[in-house]
Amino acid sequence: MKPAPFDYLTPTSVDETLAVLREHEDDAKVLAGGQSLVPMLNFRLARPEVLVDINRVAGLAGIGVEDGTLRIGAMTRHRALETHLSSADGAWALLHEAVGHVGHAHIRSRGTVGGSLAHADPSAELPAAVSALGATLVVQSADGTREVAPEDFFEGFFTTSLAADELLTEIRVPAWPAGTRSSFLEVCRRRGDFAQVAVAAVVTLTDGRVTQAGVGLAGAAPGTVQARSVVDGLLGREPDAGTIAELAANFAADLDPPPDSHGPAEYRRHLARHLLVRALTKATRPAGATRASVA
Amino acid sequence: MDVEERTVADQADLRERTIRVTVNGTTYERTVSVRRSLVDFVREDLELTGSHVGCEHGVCGACTVLMDGEPIRACLMLAVQADGAELTTVEGLAPLSGEDLHPVQQAFWDHHGLQCGFCTSGILLTAYDFLRDKHGATEDEIRHAISGNLCRCTGYQGIVRSIQAADQTWER
Ligand code: FES
Ligand code: FES
Repeated sequence: MKPAPFDYLTPTSVDETLAVLREHEDDAKVLAGGQSLVPMLNFRLARPEVLVDINRVAGLAGIGVEDGTLRIGAMTRHRALETHLSSADGAWALLHEAVGHVGHAHIRSRGTVGGSLAHADPSAELPAAVSALGATLVVQSADGTREVAPEDFFEGFFTTSLAADELLTEIRVPAWPAGTRSSFLEVCRRRGDFAQVAVAAVVTLTDGRVTQAGVGLAGAAPGTVQARSVVDGLLGREPDAGTIAELAANFAADLDPPPDSHGPAEYRRHLARHLLVRALTKATRPAGATRASVA
Repeated sequence: MDVEERTVADQADLRERTIRVTVNGTTYERTVSVRRSLVDFVREDLELTGSHVGCEHGVCGACTVLMDGEPIRACLMLAVQADGAELTTVEGLAPLSGEDLHPVQQAFWDHHGLQCGFCTSGILLTAYDFLRDKHGATEDEIRHAISGNLCRCTGYQGIVRSIQAADQTWER
């Protein structure tokens, strides 16, 4: 239960980090908040030759709004995001709800937004949330910067499109129009656990019709997924209970979640379907309306 | 400065570092292996054995300490990462020499908040952090606050009662 030996580097600038990553490539592992990587080091599931600790890199943490876009530095701690967005409404409130489900207070003090995304745990909350929000992931390497959409970033089971010499540096969450509401719902065995299934939904209504939407799920597949067919089915429609129920049922029926010790695939399909109905209902009903029945 | 030069020159020894950490108001300077966990550093190098090691992968909360005022899992940090930080461990809650326990500790004493005591230091620090900016906590809020700390003995009833009592007795 102790890590195998490694060389420990503490770059202080992004450029220096990128140079180190280029030099060591696959032999190096980036240490952000460490809430997933350190257990893997302790179990020796990860045995990097070089550990690149980016906690002292200047300028990677912080939250701000620029031209209506929410910019979150990759090293922003979960707790900082939670506090910063505590009175957010509309689309961005989704992030506040989602981050509140990440581990416990002790985990959120250290865990980082970028770390959660780059780790790409299929049951993690933040990948589902940024997928629903249509965020842009800013990735840098010694060659320059690329901006990646969530669907091109999350590639599956603990897998992203980050190359060994690349670093996720920022997350940009676009502004959504007025009339946008969101909902993040999760089922897990105990408070603070990873999701068995979680659904992140963002919906914009204009004159009663859906004009923009995003839906992401955790725990429903071997990786983070977006519910494209649900979004396409909602666009232009009035989101009545029948429409929502049908879209959720059809989407869930096509899911192929991996069975595990917490339940068979069928159970996760069931959770996905019903959480989709509840989240979409919550995101499309006027505030204060009672929850639709989800028998 | 050239990047290559810096990584080689400034970090000549990549397996060991000298760090300076303030724990419960005392500053310690020690040379540690870079792969030593913070909780092992506190227990073995500083001989402050009140913080416990249960799971070493962030699940049990026995290793909870406060770093720069926030509760963390000390098994999920390397000691080198705490260079320059201020820690509070359970030993910092009440002065060692004094007769008096901290009000949170006293409440655990009075209300059977512990049996074997293995989880207790982590739960005390979690409760301390929670109560600092919370008055009149409900039972549900208390259970939520300690949901990241496992206790194999008490069934949590005594712990919850102790925290409810400390909420009343701790003047803050
Ligand atoms: S020893 Fe750190 S959480 Fe269990
Ligand atoms: S008192 Fe024994 S583990 Fe909590």
